[in-house]
Amino acid sequence: MIRIEDITKRYPTGQAALKNLSLTVDKGEMVFVTGHSGAGKSTLLRLIALIERPTSGQVIVDGQNTRRVSRRKIPAYRRQIGMVFQDHRLLYDRPVFDNVALPLIIAGIAHREASRRVRAALDQVSLLHKEKQLPETLSSGEQQRVGIARAIVSRPKLLIADEPTGNLDPDLSLEVMRIFRRFNEVGVTLLIASHDIALIDQLGCRRIPLVDGSLQPEEDEDVVAEYLEQLESERARSELP
Amino acid sequence: MSRAADALAPARRSGILSTWFALHLGMSVAALGRLVKQPFASLMTILVIAVTLALPAALHLVIKNAQAISGHWANALDFSVYLKKEVSEEDARHLASIIDQRADVDTVIFISADEALAEFREQSGFGAALDQLTNNPLPHTLVVRPGASSTDQSMLLLNEELANLPETEFVQADTDWVRRFHAILDILERATGIGAALLGAAILVIIGNTIRLDIQNRREEIEVTKLIGASNAFVRRPFLYTGFWYGLGGGLLALGLVAYGLYALDQPVARLSGLYNSSFSVLALDLRESLLIVGAGVSLGLAGSWIAAARHMRRIEPR
Repeated sequence: MIRIEDITKRYPTGQAALKNLSLTVDKGEMVFVTGHSGAGKSTLLRLIALIERPTSGQVIVDGQNTRRVSRRKIPAYRRQIGMVFQDHRLLYDRPVFDNVALPLIIAGIAHREASRRVRAALDQVSLLHKEKQLPETLSSGEQQRVGIARAIVSRPKLLIADEPTGNLDPDLSLEVMRIFRRFNEVGVTLLIASHDIALIDQLGCRRIPLVDGSLQPEEDEDVVAEYLEQLESERARSELP
Repeated sequence: MSRAADALAPARRSGILSTWFALHLGMSVAALGRLVKQPFASLMTILVIAVTLALPAALHLVIKNAQAISGHWANALDFSVYLKKEVSEEDARHLASIIDQRADVDTVIFISADEALAEFREQSGFGAALDQLTNNPLPHTLVVRPGASSTDQSMLLLNEELANLPETEFVQADTDWVRRFHAILDILERATGIGAALLGAAILVIIGNTIRLDIQNRREEIEVTKLIGASNAFVRRPFLYTGFWYGLGGGLLALGLVAYGLYALDQPVARLSGLYNSSFSVLALDLRESLLIVGAGVSLGLAGSWIAAARHMRRIEPR
């Protein structure tokens, strides 16, 4: 579904966010990109969403080389991908329903069909009863679920999420991940950037660890995992009564 | 998982045309709604546009009315043919009847020297002084009224032929100043056209600037919609509708301002024309002119917002 071939992304400041990165994500996979902030997780997703272009290398999404997607074709390209953001990026001057309906309106889908699908998407994230509310009246977790409903309402084959649980407490994070899981089970490919390793391990999905814009060497990963396990067990112990 | 499957079934497109209509209707109503939400700011913009449109429209009306009045004069213009002193009253009457038969002449009124003196004595108030005169200094006069279908050329010809008659001392025709007046009106009309073009440019700037601010205020929204796949055209559309509503509102309000101006002038004009024993009433904007003003407002609104949107929209890309 996604093939990254020898990508380098250098910013005008000279700093390289990604260095000679190559990776693949198969159709129907649910994969996490992990790493510290600044490791290049967001840059990778931004390249896939064509918010930015790579300095060198190729990004191939669903058989489409993004290098060949011209400026004018970017909107049509983005409509094939569902996107979820850490800060939700909702439109705060209109109700939940309108926010979720936006991708369908952009795609020119008839009103009746659109509202049926919006309700189906809202039902997926258990927010059907809040369709008339403004996003501001919702909790952070609910707002994120609105963002997810908006990402899936146009039925994309690929969903990318940048730190979708970054602002959520563990319970809400797990809830969001369960929703993602359900989409994965019906065939959606998911690429999720997250630093919440404990949560990812709970889900048992493949991880793509990034360090300074490159894939982390295997042994390194083990060390980190060990360290994190240790941290986790310490936390578990400290939480005992 | 059937719910998830349902949410993810392949997209269907139905009734593209009706969807398109519904989308545009929805967007235009939404744009109007945004204007109504900020009534004061919107009204200010609309008022500025209205005044800018009403200015050339009012000037045009002044010229149109002046033309109507002077057109009246041109047709009702009489030639005063003063005959030579030696022409007898009998010859003069004969001449009058000959001129009267011309195709380009409506009527000829013969005023004898005696009648003229009597009239002058009565109206001038110099009665006593005139009594001192031993003989009548006034000649016989023919007042020739050209036919209703006369043109400038035929009037000129008539004037010349009357002047060339052997009996004629001299012909007084007041066409000259009417023609000059018409020339002045023509210049004024052209100046109004130029002024209207400049004011049109001003409206473009006003609307463009208003839309630019609007775009800046909604930058976040534009970024988000672009991020989820909106094209430039889609993002531009609401702003075009905003420009459309500004233009339409401005055009209609301009008509209102002009109508109010006419209403305010109606009484004084009626009084003035009453003093001239005339039943002249002010000409208002006709349907074509009204449509032109509203149309100008709408097209300037669309053009201004288009320019602003095209300039600023491209620079807003999601971060």
